[in-house]
Amino acid sequence: MNDHLRGPLLPPSRGPLSAAVTSYLRGTGPLPRPADAAAADPYGDDLQLALYLCYELHYRGFAGVPPEAEWDPELLGVRAALEQRFGSALRADTPVHDSLDQALAALLVEPVEGTGVSHFLSAEGELWHLREYAAVRSLYHLKEADPHAWVLPRLWGRAKAAMAAVEYDEFGGGRAERMHARLFADLMRDLDLDTVYGRYLDAAPAEMLAVVNLMSLFGLHRELRGALVGHFAEVEITSSPGSRRLAEAMRRTGAGPAAEFFYDEHVTADAVHEQVVRHEVIGGLLEEEPELAPDIVFGIDATEYLEERLGRRLLDRWGAGRSALRTPLAAPEQPSPEAPETHRHRQMSHTS
Amino acid sequence: MPNDPCDAAADDSAGPAQDAAGRARRISMQRRGPLLVEGPVEIELEDGSTVRSDRFRVALCTCRRSRRYPWCDTSHRRKA
Ligand code: FES
Ligand SMILES: [Fe+2]
Ligand SMILES: [Fe+2]
Repeated sequence: MNDHLRGPLLPPSRGPLSAAVTSYLRGTGPLPRPADAAAADPYGDDLQLALYLCYELHYRGFAGVPPEAEWDPELLGVRAALEQRFGSALRADTPVHDSLDQALAALLVEPVEGTGVSHFLSAEGELWHLREYAAVRSLYHLKEADPHAWVLPRLWGRAKAAMAAVEYDEFGGGRAERMHARLFADLMRDLDLDTVYGRYLDAAPAEMLAVVNLMSLFGLHRELRGALVGHFAEVEITSSPGSRRLAEAMRRTGAGPAAEFFYDEHVTADAVHEQVVRHEVIGGLLEEEPELAPDIVFGIDATEYLEERLGRRLLDRWGAGRSALRTPLAAPEQPSPEAPETHRHRQMSHTS
Repeated sequence: MPNDPCDAAADDSAGPAQDAAGRARRISMQRRGPLLVEGPVEIELEDGSTVRSDRFRVALCTCRRSRRYPWCDTSHRRKA
């Protein structure tokens, strides 16, 4: 098949900005004016989707969109206006720590009585919550570690070597079947979700688009390499205890072996990654470029800020007994009588 | 992985505490938190059983609170 005909389908738009970007990508209409971006809600569905569409061209693109669109100068101009709106809102709204030591210390304390999404899911999450959680998170996990690979050419020495080592682990240590994005697809199969890349983009709320857009923003701008490193540190430091709770949730609900394995693997992997990122990546970067410390802090705190917004969205909806998605998931398929055998077998292969 | 220097390090001919280049195996210690050891490793536990990991680096629990002992699971962290 012609390369540009493959890839995810363009999702339905969520307002005038995303509608204009979509029709421009289809070749059927003009781009939004930069002034439209400046007036939009920086965290809203419309701006976040418009920005997500621009960024996705740097990952896998969309079916029917020619690959040259990635470097279309006019589209890049619109992307810059969207980034400007999003980025300046983040700078204004993110509560930042006074120093890197304080930002890291705050992440390294484990709350006795946690109230986050993983606490909710481990204590009382039902299978339908876990399916929604995985569908939302699939926007990142199906390209897990990809945006962070963009920082490699912008690092030197110790920071670069350590970052590459952690990425190597994220990409499966040279084995495709151990790639974390692949392990997440296996988890999705256990939860009867569609593993096709981009499948749940339309279902995902603006809060999740913002989380992924943040990584793309940091990853694509060399200027923001410090923020990318801070962002990565936040993810790695908070992942291990959160993954333990999510693994418990998967076990308690009988989600399946691959669903448990994805989070079990992250308990021990990220206990290592957080050490390497703090000591080697951050330590190495500060040796080379000590002036980047405030950017690292911003990367940590902006990530916390957007993750909290996402957590609130999920818990508010679930607390009201409602779906947290924009479009609810189809009920899981009832497996045919002989299907479970082969199904299970396939999923077990990578855990052995 | 073939041709991976880590595999050569695991090979007995290179000696258990050296990598292929003859460099000593590096272990990082900290007062609070795990020992960081260059992988792959094989750990013999008190009961004689062994566990192994081929991760590029492993974090070995020193606080004894880990639920994935001997691997660190961040249970050493301060609670508040
Ligand atoms: S040293 Fe980390 S859990 Fe024990
Ligand atoms: Fe991972
Ligand atoms: Fe990780």
